[in-house]
Parts: sequence; C-alpha cells; structure tokens
Amino acid sequence: MSWSINTACKTLSTRGIPVAAFLCSAMLGIAQDAPLRLPSHAFAGQPVSIATSGSGSATFYLSGPSSSMKRDIQLGQNIDITAKDVQSAGRYVAIICSGECSSAGFFVAPAEPASLAFLVHPSRAPVGLNDVISGVAFPFDQFHNLVLTPTMIQFQLAAKGTTPNSRAVETHSGVAWFRTNSGKSAGPLQITVSLSDVNARRVVQQVASDPCNLRIKGQRTVKGIQVETEPVRDCSGNPVPDGTIVTFTAKNGDDVSFVDAPVKQDVARATLLAKGAVVVSAASGVATGNELRIGGKE
Amino acid sequence: MKRALPIVIVILAVTVVLIFLGLSTGRSAGTVGVAAGTALPGFSTNASTPEQAANNFLLDVQRRNWDRAFSNVERTSDSLNEETFIQEWVGSNGGLRSFSSLERFETRPLHATDSEAQMRVRLHWSTPVGPVEDVRDFRLAHRGDAWKIIWDDAPKPNVPAQIVPVNYLRWDLVTGTAGEEWGSHNVDAPNVRIVSMNAVDSAEGAVVMGEVVNEDTIPAFVNVNATLVNGSGSTIDDESSFDKILHVLLPKQVTPYRIDFPQVSLSKVKNVRMDVKATLVPASSDPVIGVMNQKLDKDAQGHSVLHGELLNESGQTVNIPHVIASFYDNNGKVVWVADGYVEHALLPQATESFAVEIPQSLAGKVQNFHVVVNQYSLQNS
Repeated sequence: MSWSINTACKTLSTRGIPVAAFLCSAMLGIAQDAPLRLPSHAFAGQPVSIATSGSGSATFYLSGPSSSMKRDIQLGQNIDITAKDVQSAGRYVAIICSGECSSAGFFVAPAEPASLAFLVHPSRAPVGLNDVISGVAFPFDQFHNLVLTPTMIQFQLAAKGTTPNSRAVETHSGVAWFRTNSGKSAGPLQITVSLSDVNARRVVQQVASDPCNLRIKGQRTVKGIQVETEPVRDCSGNPVPDGTIVTFTAKNGDDVSFVDAPVKQDVARATLLAKGAVVVSAASGVATGNELRIGGKE
Repeated sequence: MKRALPIVIVILAVTVVLIFLGLSTGRSAGTVGVAAGTALPGFSTNASTPEQAANNFLLDVQRRNWDRAFSNVERTSDSLNEETFIQEWVGSNGGLRSFSSLERFETRPLHATDSEAQMRVRLHWSTPVGPVEDVRDFRLAHRGDAWKIIWDDAPKPNVPAQIVPVNYLRWDLVTGTAGEEWGSHNVDAPNVRIVSMNAVDSAEGAVVMGEVVNEDTIPAFVNVNATLVNGSGSTIDDESSFDKILHVLLPKQVTPYRIDFPQVSLSKVKNVRMDVKATLVPASSDPVIGVMNQKLDKDAQGHSVLHGELLNESGQTVNIPHVIASFYDNNGKVVWVADGYVEHALLPQATESFAVEIPQSLAGKVQNFHVVVNQYSLQNS
C-alpha cells in the first residue's frame, strides 16, 4: 500500500497544490517507508482511520485530489480523517514527519451512485430514421465523483401508443450509452434512465419527415386564384408541423407567380394573381405536388 | 527685417484684392449662397430647352422646393395633387424612399421636337441600404414660353379600410431556467443545409452563390460564410452573405445566398470553404408576400431584368421589401443571384412592382428563377 514519495510529489505538482508539492519535494531526500497502516478500502464521504506506529509527536500531512491538510499527531495513535476531508474520489498521499518523513498513498473510491447525468441527442428527430437518437448516461455519487465501477443502467424509451422499450447497458469507465431509430409516429418520445432508485428523464420530439404526396386544389375567384393543399403529411402519414412552407407556382407562358405559404392546421393556402389560363403546382422541401390547370374564364 | 516688411505688406494687399475679386465674381456667377433663389448652380428661371426644364425640376426636387417643382409639372388628371406629387418623391409609410435623398442626377435627351420632348433621367439616391439608381423617362411639353414635365403616373389606389384576420403562426423561444438539471433543456440548433453552390467571376470580382434550405421543423436564423483559399492553402478572403440572403427561414423554406468578393479573381482561388450557421430565433410566418406576374424581359435601356409584382397578403405594412432572386440554367444550377430593394412600402393587400437585373452575359443561360422576399417592418424592429 505504500507509495513512492517521488510519485506523490509529481501528483501533487500536477494537481496544482503548490504548498504540498513544496513540502513533498523538501522531504524527498529523507523519505522512508511509512510507519502508517492505511485502510484497504476507502470510499468518498466515509471517515478513514490511519494507524501509526512509533512514539512521540509528529506532523501529519494529507494531500488529495481537491484538498490538503496538516495536523499535529502523536505517533502510535490512530489518525481519524473526517468524511468531509475525503469527499473527492482519487489518490491521496499521507505523510508523517517526525525528524524524518514517511509517506504512503491510498485510493478513495466513489461512493454509491446518487445521480445520473443524462444527455440525449437530438432534441428533435424526424420519424423513420435509423440510429438517429442517441443517449449517454454518467453515474455520479453524492459528491459528484464519476462512478467508475461497472454498473448496469436501464434505458427505457416510451412513445405514445407504443409499448415501452427497455434495455440494460453496463457502464464502461463510467459511461453507458445507447443509439436507436426514431419511431413511425410523430410525438414526444420519453427516455428514462435509471440506476437503482436514481433516474433521469428526457424527451425527444419525434417530428414529421419531409412532406409526401402533396396534392393541391384551387379555383379562380374575384381576387385571383385561390389554391390550397390537401392536408400535408409525410410518407408515414404524420401531419407536417404548422409553419412548413409550401411554394405555390402559377405559370402562364412566360409569366410566373410564386407564393411561399405556411401550413396552418395541416393545410397551406394562398392567393395567386395570375391572369388567363394557368398551370398551378406546389412544392415543399423535396416534395412536389400535382399540377392544376385553371382556365382563364372561370 | 527692413527688407521683409514691404514684401509682407505687398502680399497682404494682393490677398485682400484677390478676396474682394473672388467675392464679387462669386455673386455675379451665382455660386455663393442660395438666398436669392435664382443663384443655384445649373438653375435658370427661363427653361427655354427641355434639358433646362428637366434640370430645374430635378434641382427643385433635390432641394425639396415642392411648390416650384409642382408648378413645373403638367398634370394629366385632377386626382394628381401636390400632396401625392410630394409623396411620390419623398415616400410614405416608412418606405425606403422616406429615408433616401436624391444625391445627383443625369439627364439625357431621347428625342425632342418644338412642342414635345422625352428625357431619360438617371437618379442617384443615397439610402440606408446603399446607393440606389433609378432610371426614369420624362415626357415634356412646350407650353407658352416654358417646358413643362408631363406627370401622368397613375396615382396609387387607396387601400380601403378593412379588417384582415391574422392567424399566422409565431414561434417563441423559451430559455430554460438556470436551476434545471444539467442536460435537461438542450434544444438543438435548427438543421439547415447548403443545397447548391456556384462560384463565378463577375465584373466586380468573384461571386459565390447558391441556395440554403431549412430542413428542420422550426424557424432558423441563417447566415452563410465563404472563405477563399489559394493554392498554398492560405486564406485570400472571407466574407458573409450579409443582406443577400433571407435570414429567417421557416421550415422547408429555401433561400438564395450570394457572397461578393470584390476585386478577387477566381483564377487565384484553389478552394472555397463554405460554412452555414443556424440559430434558433423567435419568428413569425406573417406577413406572406406573394411574387406575382414575374417575367424575364428587357428594360428601356436594353438590360435583361426580371420584373414582377409583390402582393402583401397580410394586414401588416411591409415598410421595406427586399427581393432576392436566384436564376437557374437548364440543368437547375444556380447561375446568378440578384437582389433589389423596393423603394415604396408594401401596404396590406396591395401590390408593388419590382425589377432585378441579370448580367447580360448570363441572360441567355437563364431558364428558370425563384424569388424570395425579405421584409423589414418598422413595427417589428
């Protein structure tokens, strides 16, 4: 369990603890095997007791990933380190100096998972696409240490009108992830990640894909040619979101008229001022619709 | 010192004489001050020629001397009064003309007889969106001992009082509160894509243009940047589409973009790096502006232009309409993107004509076109 003070010094230096690093370096030449008995298992947020041997007074130093401390101790007695002093998981170095210095290192493991950081991408996904939704979960203990121990995490995907789909994924190096297809129906997809009694929830909006089978109808009125689409849907039958632009085009020889009209309640409407006999067509995104011939006399 | 004193006195005397001469000459030539009202450069009260009449008229317009300008026009209809005449020149309803001033003009006679003449006038306006050039043909008639400008513009039809139900969509953007769980309120940026890109050399330099589509289901604020890279991999220049793009794109909407690189030749360019940036913005689908009766044609000067009419299908005044047109060849490739600001405001349910020019060298290639309309409304800004 003892640890080279050389390594300890390097660790302290790289972790930006200059005072401890200085002390460590100063003692480098006099370090010996520590008269310390360290716990075999230590967990973040749990008190640690370090047994010492020998007699007389000494100075105890403890340097960890996010803290360092100094205390006067009596050799031969246990050194009690409070839970607060070992909240950060990682490698700690204990040093005792009494004339000469001894050191030993120990590892504090993360505590039990207490929260899950859960990221899902994208926030909107068109329906019917493969591997378009991905999620990644990171378990953390109550002190925000990433739990590195392999742990089974449950991902549950539930969309309205479908049976929830569940899968268990084991974390590797503190990370568990999944990738999945979007469904056929537009609407919210609720994704829940759980680990024992800890869970987190995200929602991905499954949205309609590109319009499909665009069909229009129209008639000449006093104000011009009134055209409108039939309800605009994607190839899975989902209505496209309101605001989707449908471009109506009326051609009469070289004369061309356009209107970019937004879909409202599934239908896009526009008025075209074209004169004479015209051919009206519509397009939205990559989809084109039928052509409509409207005579000039109507 | 004794020698220098007479020289200084002589220099002072000569200076005083020159100043006096200068002032006297100035007054007689009418180039100093405007108090007399007749001493304007280029202005003559007796418009004995059509050129002089047109010049006098435009000088009055330039100086906003409306009474005198109006007295020099001959109306063809009683409905054309001084108020509508002034509105024609100074604009109204917050249109671009309202923020413009006539910087200079050039007149050129087209034909003239003893009784009538036609003048072509090139008007150079300075506007908030840059210089705007307007070409108009004036008809003049000899009346008594003076030439009068014939004003036969049809007055714009008044927009009747009406109620236009507005039920278009609006998207608001809600920012999550800071206290929420990390990663719980990430809303992705809209998904937009450059669907075409073409780079050409023009008289002013290199031009990169094409089209962008919003493939998402939410509105996007879009900007396109291009970087020109030379053979050694170093950057020649980078520019953005600035105002030559429809920035707010509704779902599935397509906009042309054009990026100008003045004084850069494509022969030096090895590579063009394109970058489209899209951000989530609050947006409205109102107003809907139709682009009607578009036709490729030649204007009076023989230039190829696409002209048509904008129809405001909503109940909101569009103060400054901005037309952006993409032109395609027979393969559907974008060969040119042109834009133009419409000088008059587009009133609700009313139309306003527009025209954008196509370079002569490309006019023969153009087989198709698509026009989008950017709109600036004072009540939204």
